[in-house]
Amino acid sequence: MTGIISARGSKVAAAAQAASRVRTRSATKPGRRQSSHWWIHVVLGIGGFVMAFPFIWQIIMALSTNAQVTSPTPVFWPGQLQWHNFTDVFARLPFFSQLMTSIWVTLIRTAAQIVLCTLAGYAFARMRFRGRAVILGIVLSILLVPSQVYLISQYQIVQGLGWLDTLAGIVAPGLFSAFGTFLMRTAFLNMPAELEEAARMDGANPFQTFWRIMLPLARPSISVLAITTVLWSWNELLWPLVVSTRAEDMPLAAGLATLSSDRTINYPVLMAASLMAMAPVLIMFIVLQRRVIDGLASSGLK
Amino acid sequence: MTINTERPEAAQASPRPTTRPARRTGVPRTDGVWPWLFVLPLLIGVGTFFIWPIIQTFYYSFTSWGVFGGASFTGLANYARLLSDPQLYQSLLNTIIYTLIVLVGIPIAVWLASLLNTPGLKFAQFYRVLFFLPYVAMPAAIALVWRIMFNGDFGIVNSFLGLFGIAGPYWISTPGFALVAVSLVGLWSSLGFSMIILGAGLKDIPPELYEAAELDGASRWRQFRSLTVPLLSPSIFFVLIVTTISSFQLFDLLYAILGPLNPVIPKTMSLVFYFYNAGFIDGDKGFAAAIAMVIFLLIGIITVIQFRVQKRWVQS
Repeated sequence: MTGIISARGSKVAAAAQAASRVRTRSATKPGRRQSSHWWIHVVLGIGGFVMAFPFIWQIIMALSTNAQVTSPTPVFWPGQLQWHNFTDVFARLPFFSQLMTSIWVTLIRTAAQIVLCTLAGYAFARMRFRGRAVILGIVLSILLVPSQVYLISQYQIVQGLGWLDTLAGIVAPGLFSAFGTFLMRTAFLNMPAELEEAARMDGANPFQTFWRIMLPLARPSISVLAITTVLWSWNELLWPLVVSTRAEDMPLAAGLATLSSDRTINYPVLMAASLMAMAPVLIMFIVLQRRVIDGLASSGLK
Repeated sequence: MTINTERPEAAQASPRPTTRPARRTGVPRTDGVWPWLFVLPLLIGVGTFFIWPIIQTFYYSFTSWGVFGGASFTGLANYARLLSDPQLYQSLLNTIIYTLIVLVGIPIAVWLASLLNTPGLKFAQFYRVLFFLPYVAMPAAIALVWRIMFNGDFGIVNSFLGLFGIAGPYWISTPGFALVAVSLVGLWSSLGFSMIILGAGLKDIPPELYEAAELDGASRWRQFRSLTVPLLSPSIFFVLIVTTISSFQLFDLLYAILGPLNPVIPKTMSLVFYFYNAGFIDGDKGFAAAIAMVIFLLIGIITVIQFRVQKRWVQS
């Protein structure tokens, strides 16, 4: 594998070197540290290949037969592509209901967090009320506490409400986010006060000011909040695992994780299922790549 | 979701409300009921599902739960039992080993991010996407792929090692190797995140400094050591904190790669897995609450130590 890559890399490298020789002679300024470092492409190429390989391998396995996957010598190309593995997923696993659960959980949480966190973030940033600093401090202190600390008690509450094994139970705690509140508060803090004052002069009430003037300005931060919530909600494992016991009620992450001990499902079908489970988020990432990367980098979420 | 220490610059960016002049001119000091309408929906949820549970878990950690759900106060009994349970130390050790292996990714990320930041580098965005891909992939799903790749009989990892004449172990079913396998996947999936944060830090270093260093005849390595690393130290520190805290909460990858019924689990489990087992498999909620408090305390201690040590090496 690496042999092919480095061979191709050195060919690219040779071309790059030749180009750099020409360029350094003709125009030295723009290409300063640019093209003489062909080895950067070799290093990043190998690194990028290692990063992408499990995904490539997953696609290959999803299109292979079980015998090919379990062959002691790796089969890099299955020959006849086994597309039926993908339809088998729906026939043999409660994949469709898990997919719907994942979609609903993600949509409801994202919508709720956008509404609740922008409202609260705006109030914490731009309105005056008694106890504001203390209340904000308490809300933000949640960020310092690892999730295990509230998990048991959240379970008790959801159980008490009779929401175990329901969509409501999976969704509930994730509707509220201290992180989102912090993110939106920071966004509103950095906005000019003049606009708000102008709206107030025109007789707008605080909600109208928020809705018409400030909210549209917060759109970039709202998209960061939406992206992080979708990512986290789609991928989350521990909470759904705790509150749902029946496979049909689980979102995809919990469904796949509990499936791994089931020996009756063959590997290619498992690969097709895992590929389809992560595809929506991966597609979102590839389409919105800059936004996702910059958003996650600026939020420091992990 | 685990969210980590907010970035210092963001935390400082809160201008004090101008209450004093308002008081003098007689304008009301508050905005009446409006702010409450804005914050109450969130506060009710956060209070119910976060604040109250945190207080309750603290209390639970001093109680014992009967078979029928009744809790009785038992003082420090859970903590005493916890401290004498060898599984605590095994889980702690596993968590530390995992964290240390994942942290090896940080120097690699610094190096790769500095390569990626080379001015005028072609395909930079393409590389960025490749390195970030593992971070956005669902851990439970990609874990299944790694599980097959690490298979002792037909996994591609062992086929690859075979090229060098190394007979690969049964990764998933041998305790030590299982933890190493999970750790390598952890490193793989967090590398891109570190690179992106570090890349943002690198962009803030003025290119003139490198030009000056080049004029002075500093080698690339010298530039990296004397310019990049010190100027990047705040970002490196941030990545270090975030990676440590999230590694300490290892659960998803371990659960999904090894599988909950794997016989190596007792020897390989992390602190959070130990917590999960106690609270939700054994139903020992009081004991699990004590484990949660210990995890909280450990993360707190590590963060404080890191902040202390940071003063010595991070340039501001």
